[in-house]
Amino acid sequence: MLILFGMPIVQLLLFGFVITNDLKDVKMAVLDHSKDEYTSEIINKIVSSGYFNLVENLDNITQVDETFRKGETKVVLVFEPDFGKKLIKGSQASVQILTDASDPNMANMEVNYLQGILQNYNVEINRGKQVPNQIIPQTRMYFNSKLESVYMFVPGIMATILMLVSAMMTSISIAREKELGTMEILLVSPLRPLQIILGKVTPYLILSFINALVIVGVGYFVFGVPVLGSFALLMTESLLFILLALSLGIYISTVSNSQQVAMMLSMFALMLPTILLSGFIFPLRNMPLPLQIISNIIPPRWFIVIIKNIMLREPAWNLFGKKPSFSLE
Amino acid sequence: MRTIKYILQKEFLQIFRNKSMLPIIFAMPIIQLCVLVFAATFEMKNTNLYIVDQDLSSHSRQIISKFEASPFFTIKNVDFSIKKAEDKLFEDKVDAILYFENGFGNAVDKKETASVQVLVNAIDASAAGLYNAYILSVIQDYNLKLGSSIQTMMKNQAVQQVKNTYSHLFNPEMKYIPYMLPGILVLLITVIGLFLSAMNVVREKEIGTIEQINVTPIKKYQFLLGKLIPFLFIGFFELGIGLIIAAFVFKIPVLGSVWLIYLVAFIYLLTILGIGLFISTQTDTQQQAMFIAWFFMIIFILMGGLFTPTESMPEWGQKINLLNPVAYFIKIIRMIMLKGSGFMDILKELSILSLYSITILSFAANRYKKTS
Repeated sequence: MLILFGMPIVQLLLFGFVITNDLKDVKMAVLDHSKDEYTSEIINKIVSSGYFNLVENLDNITQVDETFRKGETKVVLVFEPDFGKKLIKGSQASVQILTDASDPNMANMEVNYLQGILQNYNVEINRGKQVPNQIIPQTRMYFNSKLESVYMFVPGIMATILMLVSAMMTSISIAREKELGTMEILLVSPLRPLQIILGKVTPYLILSFINALVIVGVGYFVFGVPVLGSFALLMTESLLFILLALSLGIYISTVSNSQQVAMMLSMFALMLPTILLSGFIFPLRNMPLPLQIISNIIPPRWFIVIIKNIMLREPAWNLFGKKPSFSLE
Repeated sequence: MRTIKYILQKEFLQIFRNKSMLPIIFAMPIIQLCVLVFAATFEMKNTNLYIVDQDLSSHSRQIISKFEASPFFTIKNVDFSIKKAEDKLFEDKVDAILYFENGFGNAVDKKETASVQVLVNAIDASAAGLYNAYILSVIQDYNLKLGSSIQTMMKNQAVQQVKNTYSHLFNPEMKYIPYMLPGILVLLITVIGLFLSAMNVVREKEIGTIEQINVTPIKKYQFLLGKLIPFLFIGFFELGIGLIIAAFVFKIPVLGSVWLIYLVAFIYLLTILGIGLFISTQTDTQQQAMFIAWFFMIIFILMGGLFTPTESMPEWGQKINLLNPVAYFIKIIRMIMLKGSGFMDILKELSILSLYSITILSFAANRYKKTS
């Protein structure tokens, strides 16, 4: 019992803080061929931004490969020889950014951040002069102005936990009765199939519903994820979603004859698709078309859309027609 | 040795006899690997852009044509009304709006600061960050173009500029599949290993057959070895298939040594199976064992650096991660496959994993008692 309630809370707390794509403390090495005041000023600026940590000074370009291969350093900054002199005399000096692109997303972000910092530096050393850069983009983020990844992950984690826990609980409980032979007793009793299933589902429905409440509560009080839309609506949708997950669990249990099979099916068949194909971590529209089509039948996908919409923006009723409330049995 | 052989025979018989488990153990991971690897991508495609151009100058048109030419953006509409554009954004029909106000082109021509508004639908924070970065880089490009034409005009007033160039090593085309496939492979092996081993002993407990084994003269270590080896084989087998798929279907070159991967996999699987057996000895029912295994599984996976980089985690998250075997293996397998790291490069991670596996196995052996 403790596991049932404790687990989702611990997981939500853990992941709410831990799962993030934000750049932070990237380990950086510097290969400085000129070692003058300009390069050290730039390095200082980069380190003080908080996004990068200087971990190593290299002396030779051949060390770059070796450093990356050790796996800790993610980016190397190479200053050309006579950097400062060139900057003063020729008014132009260049620095090369080398990234470990085995993680393409991080490599991209590192380059973007470094370019931003260098751009700022350019503006700073030219203060008082006319700066040739004139088009300044002003960005405004709608619905999530600080780009908090928590806003994104709380709905995702909620959907994942509810989906997996609910499906697993029901599928196991029926498979267990089958395995232990007590299912026979239920079957010969005068209970109708509907009654058996209802009796099996109701306790878990209540449990999962409490779980959903707790998750929304933790999201609100610990992470400050707002519920802008109607709370009642959110809960109704959650109830619908839990019901769906539970029915899926029952369906799994009817096709499997042992707990092991039921568990592997509900865990293995559901876990990765739930995480990957629901838009929880990876944006759906980037996927190849066939996968986007498949994602339409993944229930958490719709649930995540729903919770995000209710939580983060004013309710718009027309969106909720999309919810597939089919029940598999 | 003979005793172990008999136990092995029993375990393998049990695994291969269970016809409904076989496809789950062998077919499902392969299918998931092939399908899901395409899903795990941050590559930008088809960002729906709505442009409000109230300026209609040559500058705004040139910028718009730059966006049209970019493969990342699909321009939904070019219009005058910001109100309409915002409505589309609220309806979730577009991802970002680019808004040129009247007078934009004039300001650019007069070399004053001109601004363009970028309105992003940020419900999905990670995607929004990407749209924004791409949009900014397109505008930045245009700025540079302007800048160079202006610089030639203003020879008398030297502007100091730090230029930068960048290159992406090890993966110049910035492809996601080579990065994701090893990680997903690790994940599938872990799930299979952990669950099968966690359910195994406890299942015997639940059915009552453990008593029968307890009264035989089988020694503790023989019993545990007999339980470990079959799962080790299954893990190796799946890893092999996964690597073959990686090399021949997805054409990912394995830069490092395959034997090194197997050495790491051996130690890693011992750790995972040890955790599984430990859970198995601590619990009384399969249901309990499964929930606990699931709890650790999800934590291991989401913190393992598969989807989000471990370096971005807060300090304490990284400390917890020191205890996460999945994180080590994902890191090592990526290093070996993508960067060709050798034995010395992974020595630190490998020795931590070895220490881990020894500790956890001795724990598991210690907790398994023949008397109840």
